[in-house]
Amino acid sequence: MSARAPVSDGRHAETVQVEVVHDHHEAGHGSRKEYITGFVLSVILTAIPFWLVMAEVFSDSRVTSLVIMAFAVAQIVVHMVYFLHMNARSEGGWTMMALIFTIVLVVIALSGSLWVMYHLNANMMPMSPGDMRTMP
Amino acid sequence: MAQSHPVAADDAELRFYVADEHGHAEGGTMLGFWLYLMSDCLIFAILFATYGVLGRNYAAGPSGADLFDLKLVAVNTSMLLFSSITYGFAMLEMEKGDQRMTQRWLAITGAFGLCFIGLELYEFAHLIHEGATPQRSAFLSSFFTLVGTHGLHVTFGLIWLVTLMVQVHQRGLIPANRRRLMCLSMFWHFLDVIWIGVFTFVYLMGSLK
Repeated sequence: MSARAPVSDGRHAETVQVEVVHDHHEAGHGSRKEYITGFVLSVILTAIPFWLVMAEVFSDSRVTSLVIMAFAVAQIVVHMVYFLHMNARSEGGWTMMALIFTIVLVVIALSGSLWVMYHLNANMMPMSPGDMRTMP
Repeated sequence: MAQSHPVAADDAELRFYVADEHGHAEGGTMLGFWLYLMSDCLIFAILFATYGVLGRNYAAGPSGADLFDLKLVAVNTSMLLFSSITYGFAMLEMEKGDQRMTQRWLAITGAFGLCFIGLELYEFAHLIHEGATPQRSAFLSSFFTLVGTHGLHVTFGLIWLVTLMVQVHQRGLIPANRRRLMCLSMFWHFLDVIWIGVFTFVYLMGSLK
């Protein structure tokens, strides 16, 4: 919110124009065009990964995984921008701060869990099925 | 828009006060709800991490490639995507103040949401019927927990949607109802974002050889 008051003279201050600009209502609303753009992009970004997997386009499944993960990230960004109307200005930037903080936590939780558990598996004492059956 | 009145003192010092400060509470609610969504995001992150760790432990049971019907998942995904855009249209009608059209789009959104839940329940029933129960393997436990939690969120979203339709019917598009509809809008679109992760990591990557 900002107020501007152009004062003509120091002594005659009654002819004052005041303009109060609110920016609270910028967040949370989009236009029809925005929603349709987001929808079309989402359909494209959903259809391509399904086609890649169902038609087995790449012979290497590792390539397919990386490509569909890239599509997922792109579609999440599309949803955030066109449906959730995320921008750096809404709520004075606090929604963006909260989002960045959450992304950091999610990345730590996901990569940390996978990394630790993968190495736990690799470092486990080898055990035969017979040993496993007699475990307490 | 808040009105503000300049108060001119004798010594030409200007002071301002804002007459009414509505809108601040609404802004606070939106930020608060966003923080709730972010914490919900952490719940899903943990469930995704659990699935990531356990998702390949089949205990000699069926794998994702054996179980998942990608055509059904594609239909399910489109249901959720359609419901997202119809909710967007409901919000646009709400902005215009058209109560009848808002209700109509909300009802269409609810119908798509019901289709989604119906298809998911059908899929779960089919899996359990085939013996792929949550108790079968670590993969299936984490699968049912992750996908079921998302489904539960959609179910509660639907209950919330019906509640709000009743509220709008009774009281019209009053500021309180607009605020509630905006919160549900964020919730609904957020669930669609989570579903992107579910169909990519669980269904598509699980179906790869």
